[in-house]
Amino acid sequence: MPEVPPLPRRRPHRRSLLAALGASGAAAVGLSFGLDGCSEKVRLGANGEEAKLNFYNWDTYIGKDTLKNFRAATGVDVNMSLFANNDELFAKLRAGNPGFDVIVPTNEFVTRLRVADLIQPLDHAKIPNFRNLLPEFQSVVFDPGRRYSIPYTWLVLGIGYRKSKMQGVPDSWKWLFDSDRYKGRIGLFDEADDLVRLAAKYLGHSIRNVPESLLPVIEAMYIRQKKNIRVFHEDNGQDLLLSGDIDIVLEYNGDIAQVMQEDDDLDFVVPKEGTLINSDCLCIPRGAPRPDNAHRFINYLLDAKVGADISNTIMYPTPNGAALALMPDSYRQNRAIFPPKDRMAVSEYGDFEGVERTHQFDELLTRVKAA
Amino acid sequence: MAENVEEPWFRARGMFAALLSGPVLFLFAFLLAPLAIIWGYSFGHTQGLKEIVVDGTFANYAHALNPLYVSILVKSFVFAVVTTGLCLVVGFPVAMAITFAKPQSRAWLLLLIMLPFWTNLLIRTYALMAVLRTQGYVNVFLGFLWNNLSQIMATAHLGHLAPFQPLDLLYNNFAVILGLVYVQLPFMVLPLYSAMDRLDRSLLEASLDLGAGHLRTLFQIVVPLAMPGIASGVLVTLIPSLGAFLTPDLLGGGDSQMIANVIERQFKAANDWPFGAALSFLLMYVTFAAIALQSMFTPKGGRRG
Repeated sequence: MPEVPPLPRRRPHRRSLLAALGASGAAAVGLSFGLDGCSEKVRLGANGEEAKLNFYNWDTYIGKDTLKNFRAATGVDVNMSLFANNDELFAKLRAGNPGFDVIVPTNEFVTRLRVADLIQPLDHAKIPNFRNLLPEFQSVVFDPGRRYSIPYTWLVLGIGYRKSKMQGVPDSWKWLFDSDRYKGRIGLFDEADDLVRLAAKYLGHSIRNVPESLLPVIEAMYIRQKKNIRVFHEDNGQDLLLSGDIDIVLEYNGDIAQVMQEDDDLDFVVPKEGTLINSDCLCIPRGAPRPDNAHRFINYLLDAKVGADISNTIMYPTPNGAALALMPDSYRQNRAIFPPKDRMAVSEYGDFEGVERTHQFDELLTRVKAA
Repeated sequence: MAENVEEPWFRARGMFAALLSGPVLFLFAFLLAPLAIIWGYSFGHTQGLKEIVVDGTFANYAHALNPLYVSILVKSFVFAVVTTGLCLVVGFPVAMAITFAKPQSRAWLLLLIMLPFWTNLLIRTYALMAVLRTQGYVNVFLGFLWNNLSQIMATAHLGHLAPFQPLDLLYNNFAVILGLVYVQLPFMVLPLYSAMDRLDRSLLEASLDLGAGHLRTLFQIVVPLAMPGIASGVLVTLIPSLGAFLTPDLLGGGDSQMIANVIERQFKAANDWPFGAALSFLLMYVTFAAIALQSMFTPKGGRRG
């Protein structure tokens, strides 16, 4: 394995809840000062907007000096606050934009925010660095022509495992969903949407538009498998794997890549059936007070050098081709960060298919657990 | 001046109202009003992604009374009853020991009972995970004993033991019950202690003098006299256990889903607030029923102040 610096956690865990509360509390205070700061002299930028920007981002998801450098380049102060998951982001915007200029939702929430009319179309003339993006990210199914969202990172779900406890490479969803080979050592994600759709993928169906007729089959499979499952985890699968509580787990590639630095016996594989691709995107919410600064900021993040700087810190896969070209081999060759091409070819983006579906999938998981 | 002091409170209307308005306002603004809103949601439905339309529908309650959710509610109730029973069995002797301890050590023992409150529930639960996990303290200790035993047997030519298999202590219903008992125990001990502290010792001496054994004294004198404490202990243990979601979430396995976990998901991932509200109120009705039952079984006619 090439040497890779430790990956930061993207999704804060429950154990960091207190810290997160403290952080968001501080952020909220910062924000309210920002919003009320009008009584002081307002510093205007060349574009006539106040030289400020409110950025709502995941934790540890930006380069060390990115915001400082942006200020040096443009004179615009970036005020960053943090959210823990998409549900929280959605809940904040649901009752009206409290003053954010740039947000970072995951692709399915890009759709959800668009359907709810909570984000605005982008002005591509103000984002010339768009050409730095790899061609496959310049137009995607969930946002054709990238009218509303600019990709920031992408990530996949896959299988993290302890090599010494496996019989061969567990390169099929079968070992998680439909087999007692690793009885009592399996950890699954406690997310109904992901579980239902990946099971459909395992059964040979697309992740999108899982047919009604397949749902009872999936439910029966999970009920059968339940006795073999040790735990439904809350996105802390990498820790359970590292501590030896389980040996095989459904998790995000970045999270597993992180613990692979600490334990040589751990590895990550995208199953041969393919998986669910996620992508965190930069969007401008409706009612953003400083849309021009927002466009400048998005354009700045797409710069090759800036993008490479960010990737060096956060170590998630980048959709930015120009930035990727500047990255060392240790990043480009990391199999956990960049799964093989043939596996990516059979993988898909998920789609937001309406609240009814969300309720349906949730109830399916409730039935599985109650069975 | 003196007249003012001796005036009954109900004549000092202004003063009384001023003092009371704070708590009443607080109760209304931060408890009753939000509860009323959630209660309203339970008669509504989600429209699109943002709106909740309250249209007086009973669909959420009908859905909540589906056997699936009723069975989860029943299961949660079983968890809560088992937890309460264990807390009572463990807590009663503890409370008694504190009551009969020397006065100077009593304060320290009470402090020990209350000490866990100084730590956040989340942190206590994570600590319990560190104790119970596959490579946790319990398993490491047992493994150490096992290996030593194996070595002793080998030196005595009795053959080797099989290698130590760590016990599965975490991510199952056992862990959930243990976690709930651990968290709820102080709530049981404190009311028991306060009931027994007021107990008239001479009654115990009389019972023993008149020939009753210790056990008979315990069950015929101490338990009936401590009944108000037992009742309030049971109540303050049962209700929070019924609504626990953090403990089953962190310590439970695939089989440990409690009703509060389902409710939590409705407000977050499933984004179905009206249904979550209906489930919450269903849980509250069950709780009220438990309180009503408790008051029926509590001996009437305040036998002590």
